[in-house]
Amino acid sequence: MKPAPFAYHRVHSVEAALERLHELGEEAKPIAGGQSLAPLMAFRLARPTALVDISRLAELAHLARVGDELRVGALTRHATVESGAAQCGEGFEVLSRSARFIGHGPIRRRGTFGGSLAHGDPSAEWCLLALALDAVVIARDRAGERAIDAGDFFTGYFSTALAPDELLVEVRFPRPRPHSSLKEFSRRRGDFALVGVAVALDLDRAGRCEDVRIAFGGVDDVPVRVAAAERLLEGEPAEADAFRAAAELCGAELGRGLGDEDGRLKRRLMVELSVEALGEASAGVPG
Amino acid sequence: MSDLHLIAITVNGEAHEVAVDSRRTLADVLRHDLRLTGTHLGCEHGVCGACTVLLDGSPVRSCLVFGVQADGMEVETVEGLADDGTLGPLQQAFSEEGGLQCGFCTPGFLMLGTALLREHPDPTEEEIDDLVAANLCRCTGYAGIRRALLKAARGGATEGWPEPARVEDPRLLTGGGRFVDDVDRAGQLWMRVVRADLAAAEIVEIDAEAARQMEGVVAVLDATSLPDGFVIPIRLGPYEGDLTPFLQPVLAGAEVRYVGEPVAVVVAEDPYVAEDAAERVVTRYAPREPLLDSAQHGAEPAVTLRRGFGDADAAFAAADLVVEVDVRVGRHSAVPLETRGLVADWDTQARHLTVWGATKVPHFNRGALARLLGLGAEEITIRASDAGGGFGVRGELYPEDVLVTWLAMRFERPVKWIEDRSEHLVATNHSREQSRRLEGAFREDGSLLAVRDRVRHDNGAYLRTHGLLVPEMTLGMLLGPYRVDGYDGEAQVFLTNKTPAGTYRAPGRYEATFARERLLDKAAAALGMDPIALRRRNLLKARELPHHRPVPVLGHEVVIDDADFAGLLAETLKESNWSGWKKEAAKLRGEGRAIGVGFAYFLEKSGGGGFETARIDVLADGRLRVSSGATSLGQGVETVLAEVVCRELDVARADVAVVAGDTDLVEAGGGSWASRSTVYAGSAAQKAAQELRALLLEVASELLEADARDLELGAGAVEVRGSPSSRISFAELAARSDALANGRHGRPPGLSVTATFTDAPMTYPYGVHLAQVEVDRRSGAVSVLRYHVGYDVGTAISPRQVEGQLVGGAAQGIGGALLEEFTYDELGQPQSTTFIDYLLPTAAEVPDVTLTLLERGRAKGNPLGAKGAGEGGTTACGAAIAAAVDDALQRPGAILELPITPTRVMRLLAGEE
Repeated sequence: MKPAPFAYHRVHSVEAALERLHELGEEAKPIAGGQSLAPLMAFRLARPTALVDISRLAELAHLARVGDELRVGALTRHATVESGAAQCGEGFEVLSRSARFIGHGPIRRRGTFGGSLAHGDPSAEWCLLALALDAVVIARDRAGERAIDAGDFFTGYFSTALAPDELLVEVRFPRPRPHSSLKEFSRRRGDFALVGVAVALDLDRAGRCEDVRIAFGGVDDVPVRVAAAERLLEGEPAEADAFRAAAELCGAELGRGLGDEDGRLKRRLMVELSVEALGEASAGVPG
Repeated sequence: MSDLHLIAITVNGEAHEVAVDSRRTLADVLRHDLRLTGTHLGCEHGVCGACTVLLDGSPVRSCLVFGVQADGMEVETVEGLADDGTLGPLQQAFSEEGGLQCGFCTPGFLMLGTALLREHPDPTEEEIDDLVAANLCRCTGYAGIRRALLKAARGGATEGWPEPARVEDPRLLTGGGRFVDDVDRAGQLWMRVVRADLAAAEIVEIDAEAARQMEGVVAVLDATSLPDGFVIPIRLGPYEGDLTPFLQPVLAGAEVRYVGEPVAVVVAEDPYVAEDAAERVVTRYAPREPLLDSAQHGAEPAVTLRRGFGDADAAFAAADLVVEVDVRVGRHSAVPLETRGLVADWDTQARHLTVWGATKVPHFNRGALARLLGLGAEEITIRASDAGGGFGVRGELYPEDVLVTWLAMRFERPVKWIEDRSEHLVATNHSREQSRRLEGAFREDGSLLAVRDRVRHDNGAYLRTHGLLVPEMTLGMLLGPYRVDGYDGEAQVFLTNKTPAGTYRAPGRYEATFARERLLDKAAAALGMDPIALRRRNLLKARELPHHRPVPVLGHEVVIDDADFAGLLAETLKESNWSGWKKEAAKLRGEGRAIGVGFAYFLEKSGGGGFETARIDVLADGRLRVSSGATSLGQGVETVLAEVVCRELDVARADVAVVAGDTDLVEAGGGSWASRSTVYAGSAAQKAAQELRALLLEVASELLEADARDLELGAGAVEVRGSPSSRISFAELAARSDALANGRHGRPPGLSVTATFTDAPMTYPYGVHLAQVEVDRRSGAVSVLRYHVGYDVGTAISPRQVEGQLVGGAAQGIGGALLEEFTYDELGQPQSTTFIDYLLPTAAEVPDVTLTLLERGRAKGNPLGAKGAGEGGTTACGAAIAAAVDDALQRPGAILELPITPTRVMRLLAGEE
C-alpha cells in the first residue's frame, strides 16, 4: 500500500499554485491536509502524477464573518471549525456541532474544510451542510474567480465542478441559520455516515416553517436535496406530525432506488434521522 | 521514476537532513531512513492510528503525511518520551494500568495522550474517551488505556502497586520493541506478492515482461520457477483420508481458488518499486463459476467428520421435547494490528538461514522449512521477535514464509516481506464461518438427554496448517459443561472460493457455544423455564467429575477433571449484580427503550501440544536468562516465565531476562497457541528452575565445602544457613564454576539447565458471560451497555495479565458478535479489504468489562495448577449478546446469526411495523 510515483511541488502563494496546476495539467492535484487523498493514493485508487502542496498558504486558513456571511477559507482545519463556534458567529453553530462527526481528533486537526468539499464524498458532513445552508463555493483559476452554488458543485461520486486547474479557495455561507441541524448514523464512531441528513429552516412569527432545506448524504453519488419534502413543509407549523410527513416523503422519494435490505435500513434511517434533525432545528440553538 | 527532495526535519530535538522520494510517507522516513522504528504501521490508510506522531506539536497519522510535506517541521515520536531511559509518567501509567499487551498500537496512543495532556493538563473523562476511541487496539479492550490516561492526567500515585510491571513493558513503551518490520538487513531485497483477482479461474498466462524490465526489479517468478512439492503442510490432525488435494500450493499453478491467492512474486530493491512492478504483472484467466456458499446447489463437502457417543437416536425418540435451531456464525478473524511479515538472511558460506518474524510455532516452522528447502533443521535459526498480536493467525507456515526463505537462498541476499493491510484481509487466515442445525432432546423437567449436531463448515479455498482442527474442535467442544448421554455430531467441511480459514481465539468454541446456548435458550422458552434454571439442571456436578467424554480435542479425549460449574455461576451472578441488570433493563423497557440482558455458559480448553522446553542460563553477571519454545505475542509470556522463575529461585525480576522463541537457544519447542503458554512453558520453566536450584546448591556446596542440605538459596545468592559471611552470589558462582572447575567435578561447563515438561492432559477452564445491551430501533444498531465475565483460571500466575486477557478477549468477541464480517459479492470479490469496511471495535463500541476471577478448580495435570486464560474472554460473547438482543426485543430465539448487524436487526423489526 505504497502510493504510485508522483512529482511534488510546494507553493507559497495562491498564484503560484494556480500556475503550477495549469502547467502540470489534468493529472495533477492540489493537496492540503491529505486526510482523504492520501488513503486513496495508498490504495492506488488515486494516482495523480503530481501534487501541488498548498498546505502552507496561510491566506487560505481564515474563518471570518463578513456581514451576514460566514467565509471559511479552504485551508481551515475541521478542528478549527469545531472549536471556533465564536468565530463562526451566531447562527452558524451547526458547523461546530457537526465537526465532531468527522473522523477522530488527529484527522480533524489536519484535514481541511476545502479539501473535504473538493474531495466530494457524498456522505461528508461539510458537503451536506454546504447544500443545506445554500453555500457558495469560490473557485479560482489563473483568469480569476467564480462562484459555484453548492447545488451545482457536486457532479458525481468523488467529483465536483472544479476544473483541474482551478483551486477551491473559500466557502461562503450566505446567512445565519440558527434553525439547522445535522444527524447521521455510522456503525462505529468516527466512520463515514451510512446515512446523514442536514436540515435548515426558518420560522415565521407563527412558528411556521419557511425556506426549508433537507439534504441527504450516503444515498446517492452526490449529496441530494428533496425538493418535494421541502415544499411540503413550507408554511406548515414546525410540529412533529409535519416533520414526520416530510421525512416519510424523503424516504419514499430517495428510497425508491434502494432495493435490497441495506436499502430498507437506509430508508428507515432517512426517515428517523430527518425527523430528529427537523425537531432539533426547529428548537433552535440549544441552551 | 523518483522525485527526490532534500528535506530538513527535527525529530525529538535532533536535526536531520534526508533525501526522500516525494511518495515516501513520513512513517517510512522515520522507520527506515532514520531507523526510529517505534512508530508502527498498522493499516497505512489512516484508520488504526498506530503511526501517530506529533508534527509541530499536533498529533497526525504519519502514514497520511508524505515525508516531503514535513520539510522544516518538528516531529516527536515515542522514542522521545522517555528521559534517559526513565519512563515518563504516561508511559509508567500504561505499564501499571495494563494499557498495553503486544505494544504495537501503544506508541500511537502514547503520542495522542502526550498531545492531549500538554494541551489540557486536566482533561475531562469525555475528552479521554474521545481520545481512546481515535485509535485501534486489538489486545487490551481499551479499559487499561483509559485508566492509564486518567491516572497520568490526575497524577495518580504509582507506589504500592501490587503487581510489578511486565518485563516486556519498558522496551515496548519506548519504541524499543523488535517487531519484524524493525529488522532491516544490509543489502536486503523486498518481496511483493502478485495475487489473484478472481475467485475461481484457470491461469492462462502470466506476463511479467514489463515488470521485469523496470529499474530496481531483480526478478519476477511464478509457479513454474518453484521446485515441485511446494505445498503448505498440515500441522495438526485429525488426518482423515487423503487430504493432499486440499492443500495450498505456495504459488498457484494451473488455477486460482480465491481472490488474494499468490500467483507470482516480485523481488526488488525497494518496497515501493516492488509494488509498482507487481501492478505490471498481467495474468490472463479463464474464469470459472465460484462456489461461495456451502448451501449453494450442488456443493459437496470435501471431508465429513463424525464424532459422537451414546445412543442419541433412542434419546430423541424418548424425549418429551425436541428443540432445534438453525444458526450461522459469520466469517471473521483475528486481524492483529501488526500484519504478517518475514525477513530471511541466507549465509552461503556457512550454509545457514536466519529468519525473523515467524512468531507462534517457530520449531514447527523450522522443521517444515527445512523439509521444503532441502536443509537440515540445524541449518535454520528462527529468531525471537515481538509480535503485534497473534490470536491464532500469526506465525503459522503460510505460502509467503516459504517464498521469502526460498528467495533469500536463491538470490543469496536477505529478503524481506511485510504484508500490507489490504493483503492481510484477504491473505491471512479467516475463521469462524459455520452454519449448523442443532437439535436437543429434552425431558419435561429441562434435562438435556441428547444432542444432534449437523455442521456446515466453510473453510475457504484450502486446508492450511490447521487442517481439519477447527471443525473437529467445534464437534468436540459442543457439549460444553453439560451432562449429555447421547451425542451425534457431524461436520461437513466445504472448500469454497474464499480466503482459507484457520484458528482464531476460541476456535470452534465461539461457534459451538453460540449454537448450544441458543438451543438452551430456546428450550427454556419452550418449557417455560428460567434459562438459568435450565442450565443449572444440566451443569455437571462436582460428584460427576472427572467426566469423560469420548470425543477427541487436539488428540485427547475430553476429560473434565475438576470444576465447580454451579459455584462459579452463583458467584458470577452475585458479583455482577445480574439481578440488578435485569431489573434495570425491565424498567427501561417499560419506558420504551429496547434494553435486555443475556447470559451464556461456556467450557474452554487449554494446553495441548505435548511438551515444552525451557532453559535457564546463569549469566556472567549473575542474572538469569530464561529461554523458551513459547513465543511472545503480546500475551505477556515473558512476564509469566520470569514470575515462575523468580518465585522458584527467589531472585528479583530485574535479574531475569526472557528470550521467547529462539530456535538456537532451545532445541525443541511447542510454541504459543491453544492457551498453552502458561501451562506448558510455565511448567517447563518451573522444572528448569528447580533443576537449576539443585545445580547451584551442588556447585556452592563444593565451593563452600558445606553439605548442600545446610545451604540456603535466596536473593540471588547461596549461603550456609546462619552464616551470612559465607554468602556467594550467583555471579560468583558463575565465575568460580568456570569450565575448568566444572570439568574437574565432572560437570559440563556453564551454569545452565534445560528442562522439558511433557504430556500434560488438556485442562478445561470454564466461565460465564453476561451482557446488557440496547437496540436502537431506528437503526437496528446494538450497543453493549454492560459486560461481565466470570472465569475459573485454576491458578493465576499473574492475575493482572489474566484480567487483561479476559477483557481484551471480550472486546474481540464483541467485535465478532456485532461488527466484524468478511463479506463477498456474487463473484467472490472480497468486500472487506480495508479498515473502513472491516470494522474492528473502537473504544466507543466496547464497554468496561467487569470480571469475576476464581481460582477454584486447580488444574491437576500441571504443577502450577494453571488453566489457560487466553481465550475464555472471547468464547461466549456471541451467545451472550444474542440472548441479550432477544431480551431487548422481547423476542426469544430471534437472533440466529452473527454478527448482529443493523441490517439483520432491521429484518427482524420489519415484521413489527
